[in-house]
Amino acid sequence: MAAPMLRWVGRGRRWTFARVDGGSCHRREAPTGSTSNRIRGRSSVAQQPLYTTQKPRKGEHKWAAVVGLEIHAQISSNSKLFSGSQVRFSAPPNSLVSFFDASLPGTLPVLNRRCVEAAVMTGLALNCHINKKSLFDRKHYFYADLPAGYQITQQRLPIAVNGSLTYGVCAGKKQSQVIPKTVRIKQIQLEQDSGKSLHDDLRSQTLIDLNRAGVGLLEVVLEPDLSCGEEAATAVRELQLILQALGTSQANMAEGQLRVDANISVHHPGEPLGVRTEVKNLNSIRFLAKAIDYEIQRQINELENGGEILNETRSFHYQLGCTMSMRDKEGKQDYRFMPEPNLPPLVLYDATSLPAGADPQQVINIDQIRETLPELPSVTRERLVQQYGMLLEHSFTLLNEVGLLEFFQNVMKETRAEPKKVTSWVLNTFLGYLKQQNLAVSESPVTPSALAELLDMLDSRTISSAAAKQVFEELWKREGKTPGQIVSEKQLELMEDRGALEQLCHSMMEAHPQVVMDLKKGNPRAINKLIGLVRKATQSRADPAMIKEILEKKLSS
Amino acid sequence: MWSRLVWLGLRAPLGGRQGFTSKADPQGSGRITAQVIEHLERLALVDFGSCEAVARLEKAIAFADRLRAVDTDGVEPMESVLEDRCLYLRSDNVVEGNCADELLQNSHRVVEEYFVAPPGNISLAKLDEQEPFPHS
Repeated sequence: MAAPMLRWVGRGRRWTFARVDGGSCHRREAPTGSTSNRIRGRSSVAQQPLYTTQKPRKGEHKWAAVVGLEIHAQISSNSKLFSGSQVRFSAPPNSLVSFFDASLPGTLPVLNRRCVEAAVMTGLALNCHINKKSLFDRKHYFYADLPAGYQITQQRLPIAVNGSLTYGVCAGKKQSQVIPKTVRIKQIQLEQDSGKSLHDDLRSQTLIDLNRAGVGLLEVVLEPDLSCGEEAATAVRELQLILQALGTSQANMAEGQLRVDANISVHHPGEPLGVRTEVKNLNSIRFLAKAIDYEIQRQINELENGGEILNETRSFHYQLGCTMSMRDKEGKQDYRFMPEPNLPPLVLYDATSLPAGADPQQVINIDQIRETLPELPSVTRERLVQQYGMLLEHSFTLLNEVGLLEFFQNVMKETRAEPKKVTSWVLNTFLGYLKQQNLAVSESPVTPSALAELLDMLDSRTISSAAAKQVFEELWKREGKTPGQIVSEKQLELMEDRGALEQLCHSMMEAHPQVVMDLKKGNPRAINKLIGLVRKATQSRADPAMIKEILEKKLSS
Repeated sequence: MWSRLVWLGLRAPLGGRQGFTSKADPQGSGRITAQVIEHLERLALVDFGSCEAVARLEKAIAFADRLRAVDTDGVEPMESVLEDRCLYLRSDNVVEGNCADELLQNSHRVVEEYFVAPPGNISLAKLDEQEPFPHS
């Protein structure tokens, strides 16, 4: 008989092993009768979340996918949820760890006020009901990066429930229409983050850094109202924008401040839901959409081929673009939840229930927090539409690109050009150049002032719009010249002399009698050729509208 | 590892588990089965090395079961002994940390200021077969 042995039982992030006899997953029968093996590529338009097989026959079964998300957002605070050690992204290993974080005996959790406020703000922004009383629980599992052997979370009674998140999906031709959709929020809870483990396969060991252990997390649980990767990605993006606008989380997925796990299953509409799998290791919005769509397709393929879906955890491998099983042979884990005995219930107040004479530091007033909520993205978009007369989809683009809204507003401040012109230049020309060279707004060679100056010149008809594009291209070269300098250097000013222009038109018409003949015969598009020729001759310094007017006058005479 | 012995005549009233997500309910009342012990050992990483240990467990459950004698009709369950206390809220200031040296002294093995742990995912039942583990 061996002495008591402790065995490390492992898992991937947030998934644990344990063998529970007779796992509780319900198995789904493979559909009979369907012999088609090829699955057509999925449609990414959100209006059509149904997936069909390649040769749809009359009465052919369609598939519907159901996606539920669990999102963990790291709270933006100075110190951790239950201890006074610092929250910082990179620091020497184990330097931001207090005795409590290392779970040394005799230490107790002390709740951080800022984290509670962050949870309430987020709950209010997502239309949740804030529970005036919420409770903390312990969720037990063993892993080296969880020193206490349990995570303090809020399983029984979380701080916020029953909310909604509205997001806009691009649809229609050219993806220019925005269709609002809503996903319900089941709950928002406060919980601790775990430390980081670095696996050293070579030496068969794991290195543990507890800097992240104990950092406050907001877990946002979405109801399974989503049906494809694009919807999920858009919803998560919107949540990111909301969290960033509130300041409750920086929500940077690359830095691990926002982590998403997806629960995915497929079924035929009208039939019960299928077995779901959990997909982890999604660390960008793009991969989130890819992984979900891959998994949906994989499940459809599997079921169509007579296989079955296991209730397991899968990891997304972005290099291969597929999900792979994490070999969870053990079935579901029993976390043995119990109330956290060291923390009384968390009680929140509102204006009516606030006890008189209470220490303001020790009470949280929901109504006061509601009043100080900053402007949410949806409100910002509305305001942009009202204030600048832009289309709703433009406002989405402005907010979706980091720093673009600020850039736009800075240009607006300095220019007297029309908002519509500015919008068009920022969203088409400016953004186009950025995307082409894969640059962020912060890396742009063109400053808001430069663009403002350029648009002023365009507005005052100092240059033509073709010339303006030329100037913009020059500005992009980062040679430090202002638009004014470029214009004078390249002599791009609009031709003022109408007489000279008329002469030029005349000579052009003489030089190309064939085109004139075409025109007189009644081919109206031939005039464009003439305009083009004149423009070239003026080196784009003439206003095309004026050229056209002169030519037409000449032709009719 | 606990070796399975046949239980003869060891009966004890087995209290139902109170709690949240009890996954392995014993088969009927009366005894703690081998299944339950195995399950507990995995969850709690405790070795019930002998039948005496299991017997003690059964006695402990019987002892706690006496709570059922109390009439709790219409009484709200207590959440914790602290439930009437005020939860203290701490200001969001950095006051701790920067004691890596002290903390690392507790660890048997240290590599460059990291704690060292055995690699994950050695399943309890399979001592010889090591499964490759996923990267977090």
